[in-house]
Amino acid sequence: MAMGIIKASKLVFDYIRQDEDDHIEEVNRAIDGVDVDIREGDFVAILGHNGSGKSTFAKQINGILLPTEGVVWVSGMKTSDDSHIWDIRKTAGMVFQNPDNQIIGNVVEEDVGFGPENLGVPTDEIWRRVDESLAAVGMTAYRLKSPNKLSGGQKQRVAIAGVMAMKPKCIILDEPTAMLDPNGRKEVIRTIHELNKKEGITILLITHYMEEVIDADRVIVMDDGHLVMDGTPREIFSQVRRLKEYRLDVPQVTELAYELKQEGVEIPEGILSIEELVEALISLLGDDAGGQKENVD
Amino acid sequence: MSIKAEHINYLYGEGTAFEQYALKDVSFEIRDGQFIGLIGHTGSGKSTLIQHLNGLLKASSGKIYYNGEDIYQDNYDRKSLRSKVGLVFQYPEHQLFEIDVFSDVCFGPKNQGFSKEEVESRAREALMQVRLEERFWHQSPFELSGGQKRRVAIAGVLAMRPEVLILDEPTAGLDPRGRDEILEEIAVLHRERGMSIILVSHSMEDIARYADRILVMNHGEKVFDAPPKEVFRHDKELEQIGLAAPQVTYVARRLREQGIPMPEDITTVEEAKKAILVLFDRRGKKSMSNDSRKAGDKI
Repeated sequence: MAMGIIKASKLVFDYIRQDEDDHIEEVNRAIDGVDVDIREGDFVAILGHNGSGKSTFAKQINGILLPTEGVVWVSGMKTSDDSHIWDIRKTAGMVFQNPDNQIIGNVVEEDVGFGPENLGVPTDEIWRRVDESLAAVGMTAYRLKSPNKLSGGQKQRVAIAGVMAMKPKCIILDEPTAMLDPNGRKEVIRTIHELNKKEGITILLITHYMEEVIDADRVIVMDDGHLVMDGTPREIFSQVRRLKEYRLDVPQVTELAYELKQEGVEIPEGILSIEELVEALISLLGDDAGGQKENVD
Repeated sequence: MSIKAEHINYLYGEGTAFEQYALKDVSFEIRDGQFIGLIGHTGSGKSTLIQHLNGLLKASSGKIYYNGEDIYQDNYDRKSLRSKVGLVFQYPEHQLFEIDVFSDVCFGPKNQGFSKEEVESRAREALMQVRLEERFWHQSPFELSGGQKRRVAIAGVLAMRPEVLILDEPTAGLDPRGRDEILEEIAVLHRERGMSIILVSHSMEDIARYADRILVMNHGEKVFDAPPKEVFRHDKELEQIGLAAPQVTYVARRLREQGIPMPEDITTVEEAKKAILVLFDRRGKKSMSNDSRKAGDKI
């Protein structure tokens, strides 16, 4: 059977705290037996409360952390195999929460070129990649600007361009919108959807904002180091009570639809958008509204 | 207590070519025990405004009165104003520094010059208000989770026993349950202690649920000042300035546009649910189960 771009098998990871004499003081199991296979080209969202293990999982994918037990493969390469580590990091790029911690260049284009330059890519090729990456995230107009003059959303797009310039097959974003305002959040989410559709880049998006998840191909929920739910957004969000048990939430319209269903209103499960809810309610109430109007006439 | 702002202007780079208004002719009065939601996109002047309310920034022109006293007059005690109007910054946990949680919370009242007993009793009370379990009190703040750190930082401000509590995006970066817990604790401070709250937030859903009045800022100017139901009626204008109404407000509007009589002032899930159920009831069409639904359809 063909393996996906990212595959974890019986993955376990312990954070180990040692005292000054290297004696183990505390072992904290952050990932506890995760099996997952991610198909190339998918847009996958990972949900889970703070401390559920999702960021630790993300760091396993590009070898920032290595498994305590089990195996992680990226494009068929084992992350525990030292000789592949640079190929793995080129294949799977990471974007973190705080844009200010990720930008190092004084000029946008310089920042984007930093990655490929570090990889020893020839100069012409670096510039070509910088051009392409900035275009892909819609930041070409800012290439000569200083990054510290940009908004949070723009900075994150520059950080994404910096990863794109390494020509990854997959980008892992660990709460890239947590520090942004609603417009910045939309900018970043729109950008990564475009990279996914146009460039075929596999996206792993870790987020606490449920609204950012509804257009994903697949949603994975983690709790206490385990993978506890795995399905389409509709399948996941139809289980409102279970999500709340995992300290998560659902979009407001999903919650309203769920509450109405609990009261006996026959609404389809897993409503995800305003449009869907309005449509469902009109089909339940609409005929009758028409009927009433006739009566009034 | 009350805070009154009169024609506040605040200029960056005054007298230079880069002179720019961060606040422009902002006036309002906040009375005792109100819960204010302060909204506006990034750069609209929200953070600049709240720093004026406890005297951290001084207006270029205009006046601010706290309990009727002009805070800019020469002999005004601005130091004590800062403890009466407590300000919780964004990511306040970045400002934790003590070796343990309890000492960190003691820092504020200790600086105010209270006795050791008073300082410690205030710290205990504050930590209980933010519901941080006692077993964490003597740990390093840096060993706590994100939500717990945030609580410690809020407790540090509460330990000064402010009359007004201003919070700049207190839930940013927390998971959904963590967000709800912090907001619920703030609501309790408001309800049970009568503390006035000014909550800066990007979540219209949260603002609709907790605030009884909303101030909307845009380009340094106050553009709305009204109860949530009124402000969220202006969803189109809000969108023009980079904001929005809660999702359920849009649902109600779309239904109205389709001729379904939904009230115009829906801003929370609870209200929407009630209004929709009334519609089903009125039409005898509240399809409880498959059977009764079919029966209902025939009627």
